[in-house]
Amino acid sequence: MIMEPLIPLYVILPLGAAFLIPVIGRLIKGFQKTITSLVFLFLLGLSIKFIISGINEPLSYRIGGWEPVAGIPIAIYFILDGLSIFMLCIVNLIAFLSGFYAISYIKKFTAENNFYALFSLMVAGMNGVILTGDLFNLFVFLEIAVIASYALVAFGIEKEELEASFKYQVLGGLASLLILFSIGLLYWNTKTLNIADIATIVKTGAYNKILIFSQLVLLAGFGLKAAIIPFHAWLPDAHSSAPSPISSMLSGVLIKAIGIYAIIRLFFNMFAISHEVALTLTTLGVLSMVIGSLLAIGQWDIKRMLAYSSISQVGYIIMGIGIGLLILTTNGNKTIAALSIFGGLFHLVNHAVFKGLLFLSAGAVEHRTGIRDLNKLGGLSGKMPITSSSSLIASLAISGIPPFNGFFSKLVIIIAAIQGQFYWLAGIAIVISIITLAYFLKLQKNTFYGDVKNKIDNIKEVPFTMCFSMIVLAILCVCLSLLIIPGIREAVIEPVVNTLINKANYLLILSEI
Amino acid sequence: MIVYLLCFILFLVGLFGVLTKRNVIKIVIGLSIMEFSIFLFFALIGYIDEGLAPIIVQNISSTKFVDPLPQAMVLTAIVIGLATNSMLLAIAIRLYKKYNTFDIRKINSLKG
Repeated sequence: MIMEPLIPLYVILPLGAAFLIPVIGRLIKGFQKTITSLVFLFLLGLSIKFIISGINEPLSYRIGGWEPVAGIPIAIYFILDGLSIFMLCIVNLIAFLSGFYAISYIKKFTAENNFYALFSLMVAGMNGVILTGDLFNLFVFLEIAVIASYALVAFGIEKEELEASFKYQVLGGLASLLILFSIGLLYWNTKTLNIADIATIVKTGAYNKILIFSQLVLLAGFGLKAAIIPFHAWLPDAHSSAPSPISSMLSGVLIKAIGIYAIIRLFFNMFAISHEVALTLTTLGVLSMVIGSLLAIGQWDIKRMLAYSSISQVGYIIMGIGIGLLILTTNGNKTIAALSIFGGLFHLVNHAVFKGLLFLSAGAVEHRTGIRDLNKLGGLSGKMPITSSSSLIASLAISGIPPFNGFFSKLVIIIAAIQGQFYWLAGIAIVISIITLAYFLKLQKNTFYGDVKNKIDNIKEVPFTMCFSMIVLAILCVCLSLLIIPGIREAVIEPVVNTLINKANYLLILSEI
Repeated sequence: MIVYLLCFILFLVGLFGVLTKRNVIKIVIGLSIMEFSIFLFFALIGYIDEGLAPIIVQNISSTKFVDPLPQAMVLTAIVIGLATNSMLLAIAIRLYKKYNTFDIRKINSLKG
């Protein structure tokens, strides 16, 4: 086990910023904008440094420095392995760009200090969830992230925002209770909270009904947080009502960090996965993919359509990972399983980038025109060239048009499904990809092309900070397709897949120094 | 065993409230009841028959203590529950100001 003293910075810096902003932000003008951008830029740099130096063995940090007693870990562990650093990189990238975008966007609201404080708090919670190696600590960080997001969804305090936030809170509260209940069951059964410690006990333990039950409760809880289909009711309201930089954070990274990441981490690294659970996960993924995209076609509100599309794309990620799990549980070919999981994770990073960009450009349209209804928009491409072209790139990427990143991740998932002999799933994935193209064509045509429907002649391009974020994300949409090239793929995503497939790797953190 | 069943019934009472009540405040109350049933479950899993409070002093005769960890977890969870409940109630007050009603059937500006 290797100790790494820099790990707690991921939580301390945003948390410190969140508490300093309301105090110092009153005294110094512009403090809140500068500090959030600097913090996330620094954390992004740190993540990239870790990725470049390569992590072969998980790094860890013990909070409070408590040594293990007789091989039993006492301290709360922060663990940095391939999967965590990958997620941290995405979270801090989108957080930096959304925070930078918000500098111009948030001027129409009065409480800028509160906005940035809540924003930093939410990112601190997400970073904590990703890093922690302790189940109860995971719950605490998860609550920090979601309580901040409840407040941010209601930030406009108009009728719609409040209603959406209330729905989100009732369902989110229910999800938190399910997760807490499941943690209780696991503690009752194993008498420990450390994820690696539980993994060793579960591995040696026999078939256990309470463990199966707790797996299902956890799946329901984190499924609610990730808005997989039977649990999706809150997502379209919450994600479309929030201010646009927050929508991009919620859709881009929050549902992944506290939903999908937690599912992946706990089911790959903690439980001895059973075939039934893998089958459930894949079914839920396919359902999300199909129903989310069918619901998205009928939407006329630009952000609501994007929110439904998030459900559908999350389905792709879950399906890729579920197929990998299915192959692993039936002792199939490990290479195909690795390919499928690689596709799911690749789609995860791609979705964070293009869905973040789509919400930011929808926010730019709303910022200048004040309209979100597709029937009333039109002909903006001449007036807002940067918004229009970046939104077009993101739409092509999410629909899977080469040479953008979405094409390659979907291709990898489909190839893995065919090689694993899940022909139906591959077919469904292709059909849904075409439907995705259909509703994004509708979005593009009604927003940026065609006639100008109402008198919106005095429209200008959005300010520099908003343009900057959108341009960076649009460039990333093209550049991320480079991840498919063998040399880069081995360096960036292979370590992540390895941490998931080789369960023993994660248990190394329990070994003595 | 009977305490666990009662704890589960408490959970169901809260769930019933959340699912059937039309009043925003009653939904919040239902959610808190569910929350407290989970807290009770945590207190129960740490309990040992005839166990003492886990405070070790000199010349103590008994070696049977209740598990202190679930109690610590419950304290943390109660603080988190306070935050979520106050957030919910703050939103409920704002909702009342905008819609002039607590009836969720009339709070329906979001559709589709």
